[in-house]
Amino acid sequence: MGTEKSKSDLLPGTLDMLVLKTLTRGHFHGYAIAQLIQQLSDDLLRVEEGSLYPALQRLELNGWIEGEWGTSANNRRARFYKLTPDGRKHLTEESARYRQVTGAVARIMGFA
Amino acid sequence: MRSWKRLWLRLRYLAQHSQRQRLLWEEMDFHIESMTQDLVREGMPEREAHAAAHRKFGNMTRKSEEVHTIWIAQWVDDASQDLRYALRMLAKSPGFTAVAVLTLALGIGANTAIFSVVNGVLISPLPFRNADRIVSMFQEMPDFPEGSISYPNFLDWQRDNRSFESMAAYRWANGTITGVGQPENLPARCISATFFPILGVNPILGRNFNATDDRRGADPSVLISEGLWQRKFGSDPNVVGKRLVVGGTGRTIVGVIPASFRLKIWNFRTADLYLPIGEEHDERFFKRDAHWGMDALALMKPGVTLDQARKDMARVNAGLAAAYPDVNAGLKSTIITLKDEIVGEMRPVLLVLLGAIGFVLMIACVNVANLLLARSTSRQREFAIRVALGAGRARMTMQLLTESVVLAVLGGGLGLVIAKWGIAAALAVVPRALPRAEEIGLDGRVLLFTFAVSILAGILFGLAPALKSASRNIGESLKDGGRSISGSRSRTQATFVIGEMAMAFVLLIGAGLMIRTLLELWRVDPGFNPHHVVSFGINPAPMLAEQSPDSIRAFLRQLRSSMRSVPGTEYVSLEWGAQLMQSDSETGFWVEGQTPPARQADLPLTLEYLVEPEYLQVMRIPLLRGRFFTDADDEHSTPVVVIDSAFAQKYFAGEDPVGKDVNILDYDTDASRRSFLPLQVVGVVGHVNQFGLADDAKSSLQAQIYLPFLQTPEMRVKSVALGISVFARYRPSLNAESFFQTMRKQLLANNGDMIVSDDESEEEVVARSIASQRFSVTLLGTFAALALLLASVGIYGVLSYLVGQRTQEIGVRMALGARHFDVLRLVLADGARMMLMGIAIGVLAALGLTRWMASMLFGVTPTDPLTFAVVAVVLCGIGLCACYVPAHRAMHVDPILALRHE
Repeated sequence: MGTEKSKSDLLPGTLDMLVLKTLTRGHFHGYAIAQLIQQLSDDLLRVEEGSLYPALQRLELNGWIEGEWGTSANNRRARFYKLTPDGRKHLTEESARYRQVTGAVARIMGFA
Repeated sequence: MRSWKRLWLRLRYLAQHSQRQRLLWEEMDFHIESMTQDLVREGMPEREAHAAAHRKFGNMTRKSEEVHTIWIAQWVDDASQDLRYALRMLAKSPGFTAVAVLTLALGIGANTAIFSVVNGVLISPLPFRNADRIVSMFQEMPDFPEGSISYPNFLDWQRDNRSFESMAAYRWANGTITGVGQPENLPARCISATFFPILGVNPILGRNFNATDDRRGADPSVLISEGLWQRKFGSDPNVVGKRLVVGGTGRTIVGVIPASFRLKIWNFRTADLYLPIGEEHDERFFKRDAHWGMDALALMKPGVTLDQARKDMARVNAGLAAAYPDVNAGLKSTIITLKDEIVGEMRPVLLVLLGAIGFVLMIACVNVANLLLARSTSRQREFAIRVALGAGRARMTMQLLTESVVLAVLGGGLGLVIAKWGIAAALAVVPRALPRAEEIGLDGRVLLFTFAVSILAGILFGLAPALKSASRNIGESLKDGGRSISGSRSRTQATFVIGEMAMAFVLLIGAGLMIRTLLELWRVDPGFNPHHVVSFGINPAPMLAEQSPDSIRAFLRQLRSSMRSVPGTEYVSLEWGAQLMQSDSETGFWVEGQTPPARQADLPLTLEYLVEPEYLQVMRIPLLRGRFFTDADDEHSTPVVVIDSAFAQKYFAGEDPVGKDVNILDYDTDASRRSFLPLQVVGVVGHVNQFGLADDAKSSLQAQIYLPFLQTPEMRVKSVALGISVFARYRPSLNAESFFQTMRKQLLANNGDMIVSDDESEEEVVARSIASQRFSVTLLGTFAALALLLASVGIYGVLSYLVGQRTQEIGVRMALGARHFDVLRLVLADGARMMLMGIAIGVLAALGLTRWMASMLFGVTPTDPLTFAVVAVVLCGIGLCACYVPAHRAMHVDPILALRHE
């Protein structure tokens, strides 16, 4: 049983990586995660709202994040996610791999 | 092990599936609402904002389906892919598959068979309504915890207790029926009106007894069994109200008891006729010191515990002891659950067997694990390629586990067939040892057990090989082409063999101890010779009861002389009272020269046998002193008695008993006055084994007396009409069955109104007294043999594999000058090391485990050194034989060929 792969428009695994990275800043619910990714990328990356939830479940199944019900700022029940030690380790591996890939792409494209 | 965690998460998801979906929707709703609020803040009207958020989010149902796919569908996909692959792999090596499936089928089948016995006997509830509240009750007697209750005490128990909803008494009844076809003697019981209501049994026709039927002077009534109703009355729907003559009394049939009612306990068997117990004519039955073999059932009130019921009865008994100190001093009742009474001593036996068969399955699993390990050697390249192509370690493990579980489930399926056959075989070997035998079968719980055991076995034997294979270094496997010796693998195999040897050792010890027990039991001298003796029952015509004592005696004399004239008869004797290893009968007494105790309750008891002069020769009981009876000891001469050696030792220690008097209770007189019959001791005979080969020595009741049949007191002699037993020794050239048939024919030719039935050879009676031990020996022996076979195959397989792996090494050694003998020693030493370690562990395990068998053993301790030594030698011997074949092959390795292999 391999790692469950994502099916977004980004490079494979990128959404997962972004979610994990976002969660290094603290515990957030799904909407906040989407907002943060958008803000941090200066509105360049827009998370397709719907695909976020399957991605979160997949990350949870792999044991990289854990969800917990809590109360949102506007006093509603929301599910907050946090990074697990496994998830942190996976994020490190993924960032390294991503750096390699983008580096290689950049070299080919002559950006470097 | 991330894959295990993931499996766990998935199973949890599956279990909470609908709740998880609901929560997902809630989560997504929250998201959409947050989006809406942000849009509203940016100035969009609320309705538009809501629609826009929804549009942007996308189809929620599809998202939730996608989530479901992540959790479940992919998983099922993987599993079914593994399953197809596993089936393909197994089909590719049919030889391996067949051996593995057969081995597992044996193990799982035997487990299923034993579990279905345990399930039928111990686990499943009794087939009665309120079964868990029904208890068996007895009156504790000085020599028996389960003695019979006197009817007045029973009635007082019924009236004074606070813990029981209802109580019912039961005892044997005379079941001769006349007037409908041939006279017959049918199994019959007297019961209280409350008996069937307690068990929840309703007649299929008519009604149960009521209080009016169940009292003295009531109109005689009878309940008949469904079987009798079909056989004798042709299933007549109008049978209720018809008359039936039972034991010479005309009775009205009030109901028909369904054939589904079955109960077999010490003193009760499902019968064809049931009579109301309280309607007894004989007034002696209603005396407080009368013990007519009557026991009771009772239904505890809901919520009352066994302990509370016992305390309550202790209170009732204290009251009865104070009210009737003469007979009731120290009165106690024994209360056990009905289930305990039915299951009795079989509980520890069955649990030991279940444990033993578990070992057999483990040995089978270990063998298959070894096969898988050996096979994985040849599949190393396949694994390596799959890993190289990207299969994860967890995925590989799951794949291999799928293969082993498939094997186990196939084995389990075949095992069910073996079990069905095995149950039938086991029940046929020892039919009578097992209570509730008719309730044993493959029910849902057994199927579930088999399925669970199969899955568990598959994981158990599959795990080690799977982990080992999946963790192999790919590079090495690809490099050496699957020929390498893996050190850790052969270590695993050696561990397996050691484990199997240890388990086989424990099983062999179990079987060995039971065999020794049986040998010891057969060596017990029963005090009589059961060979060429047959016993049977005679029911004279019921009207005999109405005749004078003199004519009854004349009938008995004539009966004896006609039996003596039957060809083949050597000796013959009528018998009454206690019957060896079958039923007991006691009387209170005191001996001359001692003061009789003030209270009847304090009288010592002795077993009593009413016999004729030839009884001693029939049973070949030795005469130790004085004389036995002669025909002259009749109703006109001085009443005499013969005692056994145990009686003489206990009550005439150091004296010559011959010529002294033994005074026995005279039950013929009226209740108001206690009197004794003085009997003169004329002889002493050897002690006989009354309570069975295993149990006689344990009983505190050892004293036995013999009374001449013809001196039976007047009132009692009338009871001859209820039936008597005959013991006959026949010529050794005949067999019991044909002799009995000749006897029966001749007796019926003289007197067509008699019933002659229930023949049994004394050998059978003796054998039956140790039926549970024979049952254990048969099964434990079979298990041990199976274990020994599997373990030998195991050690043989592993050594062969190791020899195969070491062919090159052996070739090198031989090329360098090693002799055949050295090679033999090399291989045998490997085998011997595993065996000895296995036996060492087995000894320790057996020392710890055999004490669970203590209650099943006789004349041998659970740690019997002889058994341990013999088993160790046998196991070593057989193990070495299994090692010899591969060692021999190693010895004949051709160095040239072996080296060319490189």
